[in-house]
Amino acid sequence: MSDSSLRLVWVYPDLLSTYGDQGNALVVERRAQQRRVPVSRVDVRSDQPIPTSGDIYLLGGGEDRPQRLAAERLRRDGGLNRAVANGAIVFSVCAGYQILGHEFVNDLGRPEPGLGLLDVVSVRGEGARCVGDVLADIDPQLNLPPLTGFENHQGVTRLGPAARPFARVRVGRGNGTGDGTEGAFNDTVFGTYMHGPVMARNPQIADLLIKLALDVNALPPVDDRWFEALREERIAAAVQPA
Amino acid sequence: MAGNSEPLSPRAKLAVTAGKAAAAVSRAAGKGSGSVIGGKVALRFDPDLLARLARHLDVVLVSATNGKTTTTRLIAEALRAGGPVVSNALGANMPAGITSALAGGTEARYGVIEVDEKYLGGVARDVSPKAIALLNLSRDQLDRAAETRMLAEKWREGLAGTDAVVVANADDPLITWAASSSPTVVWVAAGQAWKDDAWSCPSCGGVLQRPAEDWFCGECGFRRPTPTWGFVNDHVVDPHGVAWPIQLQLPGRANKSNAAMSAAVAAVFGVDPKVALERMYHVQAVAGRYDVVVYQQRQLRLLLAKNPAGWLETFSLIDGPPTPVVLSVNARGADGTDTSWLWDVDYTRLVGHPVLVLGDRKLDLAVRLEVAGVQFRVCSTLAEAVAAAPPGRIEVIANYTAFQDLRRIVGN
Repeated sequence: MSDSSLRLVWVYPDLLSTYGDQGNALVVERRAQQRRVPVSRVDVRSDQPIPTSGDIYLLGGGEDRPQRLAAERLRRDGGLNRAVANGAIVFSVCAGYQILGHEFVNDLGRPEPGLGLLDVVSVRGEGARCVGDVLADIDPQLNLPPLTGFENHQGVTRLGPAARPFARVRVGRGNGTGDGTEGAFNDTVFGTYMHGPVMARNPQIADLLIKLALDVNALPPVDDRWFEALREERIAAAVQPA
Repeated sequence: MAGNSEPLSPRAKLAVTAGKAAAAVSRAAGKGSGSVIGGKVALRFDPDLLARLARHLDVVLVSATNGKTTTTRLIAEALRAGGPVVSNALGANMPAGITSALAGGTEARYGVIEVDEKYLGGVARDVSPKAIALLNLSRDQLDRAAETRMLAEKWREGLAGTDAVVVANADDPLITWAASSSPTVVWVAAGQAWKDDAWSCPSCGGVLQRPAEDWFCGECGFRRPTPTWGFVNDHVVDPHGVAWPIQLQLPGRANKSNAAMSAAVAAVFGVDPKVALERMYHVQAVAGRYDVVVYQQRQLRLLLAKNPAGWLETFSLIDGPPTPVVLSVNARGADGTDTSWLWDVDYTRLVGHPVLVLGDRKLDLAVRLEVAGVQFRVCSTLAEAVAAAPPGRIEVIANYTAFQDLRRIVGN
């Protein structure tokens, strides 16, 4: 980074913001501000070019048709791939996660090319929709506490050799492949099926992205009382559903 | 002229009687009003009962994500100017509840029926309505509702070629898409504060342009239709250009919008706007919503907000700071179990209010408010929240089951 401010880009809120996805942007912003790191957030609508100078890019969840439209427009734009080539960080959720892979099944039932930023391929699951609280252990390499989230999807995402599972589920379905994996990551590109939104339940993920962007190993502590209380409650709910 | 000129068939009569008996048993067992179980039993005896009951009525159906129950009530008040009305006034809005409500009003001339969004097409086929009012569509109950645009698509298919006069909100692109397959549409500029479910063209997927009050798709040309009814500066403007003031007891922009829609519906039934609106002024509360109650010697105004669009409208009608605000959110089946929608609500609007937080999901709210920079206090009971609230009337905002819980606690 050339300066100490953080450039946060929220990609296509007009298409990929069905599940409170703004929450991830708000939590990253808030936690950076609490550390006195100046943040500028740009919300990029799908008829606008993706800036390539961002530090952190967020992609949210969306319905089937908007997902196809988002993939078409991101492919045509090319900006997100250029940003990643420059070392940008990308965190994606659900429909956004599928778009970052090589391919997913679109609303018309046909394979739709993704951006190829993650070595994953997604198809639509045959069984019931995965809906409910999830508890998972994040890859130890990332040094994060357990992942709590809410899943609501029908996707099945298979990982290729270049992608590592973001987490392994204790409760819930995650990637839906039956092997217990949840999400994927590779270097600075992350994908998860977790809504919640996921940063509201796992603020340490927001901190991880900020640390990667600032290239620092630690951030000053902040008051996490309410985040911790929520985590405790949702983890208990996942283990012992009401 | 409608009215009960033609008697019900013996089979329909039997079905109505069986339904009433089941409802009475349900009531006696303390399981609510019994209207839904009564309707279910009656429909089992006679699957065509709904159609048979409606045949004697001039029917209007009302559907939307928000404002269904209130608008149903406003239209019912307006149409009473022309004759007796039967209505599912308490919001039992699926076929069983509707059947039960109609069975209870065999002397009526008009049927004013709230319909759950998922059942609109089917109910419209069954009851051959004279009018259908479509108010708004937005995200709601994400874990089990169909996609919002898919719902608009289903309405569009279900209403294609309908004989009903469709009264539709031209300011909602999804409603416009749903209504524009109908041969006869009365467009009302009823307004819409929440825009985040309609940035994509419902027709072609292009990005909608939304300058000021207008909207259009730059790619396929789908655009806001020219309304014949307007809603400007707290007035309903009728097709002759006459502006009628809206002086409701119900608060907020959304209810004025509901009144504008209701006036346009009343006109379809020959009730003139002046008469229709004056009758709406008598409505003080609808199924507990907007009611001011006294609890622990304090005044509480009960406000229901179920989804981001509803919260947005609710924030715009509450008294300003330092009015205390109690928020309560649950995530039970009827609410939707996914709470992520809390992050679509702009809680920074509450900065400056003392905020007290309740409900099954009070911790989700706590994190949401913390990130929004709103001061708050988490409480375990309404009594605790009320005791902690600074003086003045308290605005209580809750989602569906949380609202029902609060009504029980305050004895409303």
